[in-house]
Amino acid sequence: MNREEIIETINNFLIEELEIDAERLKDDARLREDLKIDSLDFVDIAVIVEEHFKIKIKPEEMKNVKLLSQFYDYIENKMKEA
Amino acid sequence: MRRVVITGMGIYSCLGKNLEEVKQSLYAGKSGIGIDEARIAYGYRSPLTGIVERPQLKGLLDRRSRICLAEEGEYAYMATVEALKNAGIDADYLEKNEVGVLYGNDSSAKSVIEAHMHTLETKDTTLQGSGAIFQSMNSTVTMNLSTIFKLKGINMTISAACASSSHAIGLGLMFIREGLQDVIICGGAQEVNYLSMSSFDAISAFSTRVNDPTKASRPFDRDRDGLVPSGGAATVILEEYEHAVKRGATILAEVAGYGFSSNGANISQASDFGSCIAMQRAMKDAGVQPADIDYINAHATSTLQGDAFEADALNHLFGELKTPVSSTKSMTGHECWMAGGSEIVYSNLMMLNGFIAPNINFENPDEHSRNLNIVNQTMEKNINLYLSNSFGFGGTNSALVVRKLKVEN
Repeated sequence: MNREEIIETINNFLIEELEIDAERLKDDARLREDLKIDSLDFVDIAVIVEEHFKIKIKPEEMKNVKLLSQFYDYIENKMKEA
Repeated sequence: MRRVVITGMGIYSCLGKNLEEVKQSLYAGKSGIGIDEARIAYGYRSPLTGIVERPQLKGLLDRRSRICLAEEGEYAYMATVEALKNAGIDADYLEKNEVGVLYGNDSSAKSVIEAHMHTLETKDTTLQGSGAIFQSMNSTVTMNLSTIFKLKGINMTISAACASSSHAIGLGLMFIREGLQDVIICGGAQEVNYLSMSSFDAISAFSTRVNDPTKASRPFDRDRDGLVPSGGAATVILEEYEHAVKRGATILAEVAGYGFSSNGANISQASDFGSCIAMQRAMKDAGVQPADIDYINAHATSTLQGDAFEADALNHLFGELKTPVSSTKSMTGHECWMAGGSEIVYSNLMMLNGFIAPNINFENPDEHSRNLNIVNQTMEKNINLYLSNSFGFGGTNSALVVRKLKVEN
């Protein structure tokens, strides 16, 4: 899975499930402050990441992931490690 | 003494998804019972159940609210939206005033079992997702309703088996009478999935009249062979009388008395003595005599022993009076944790519309029900005062007396 596919999968989840407007999904959007993703949402993000990418992430690892672009990076790196 | 009235109600059950549909079903004596194929596949003795359609909440509620709601919470949400609208209470009122919630619920089995099954498979609790914990606690309904409607008053769930929501209304009455609250959302919810009722099926409590589902629930009838599980949710808005008048609310009824007792006996058997105590206490609390009661909505679930004990208790208290009695469970099946609340809504619909809904399928009495005035055809009747019984496992009993209230302007 390449980066474009990762971006598409993550964005689809944020739009469909977290009901975030598509135009707000910019690379420099802050996950917590701008997109209002809270600690409970990170649990559900861990669920879809496992389902779609077959990799395990822990919500607590997301602490250092601040921006949407960093989230794509994080998934991409995790997939390379796997 | 501060008086407590009902200013709104809402219902979501196998008889209909709102007050109007349910009123029509009650008047028509329509059964809501059917067959659930999933129960046959799972290994139930009896696949009979009330048939309740899950509401579609996408578009009505945001995702966070939706994923925290268990099945019974979805029904409770629908019933409460209708009840608040009925009471003329909107989001702005809820924001500016202290409103409480006391709701009956005694399981959220499907959520617990599904989370467990998921983790057995994945070996990772994270993958249960963020909604599972909020769906799986017994207080799931009140924690969700209080969050969705931004409630700031008393907030808790009453768990007392099949008397849960009757007690919830009784406790709501006490909180308001005591001056601790002015408005409380009360009621009860019951899940209707195959995972939630298998242990009840295990003790052979359910009717096996599978060839004739609408005839299976037959309270007080000689040929009854067990109850039919059912569910949904019912909400009533309890409000202090002066508060309701000042708000210009339409007063539907007055909750005049609450009685309770515990049998102190067998875990699964009812007691004529214990239920008499609850009924007498409710009538004393309301300041009325048995002769004042126009209608009794019986607990009667269609079990051999339970109905016999209740019939004996009713004979003891009302035998000479021939007070009209019916069990709406003949149409709904046993709505368990929700039943005390739903039967207040059903009885209020009868009182407001001048009829008694029939105890369908009552064809032949047994030795216990022979002397009772059991109404088995819809009866036009002016009801001013009724009694509603709810009894549960462990011997918990609750009785409510409700009065038609003429508001003096």
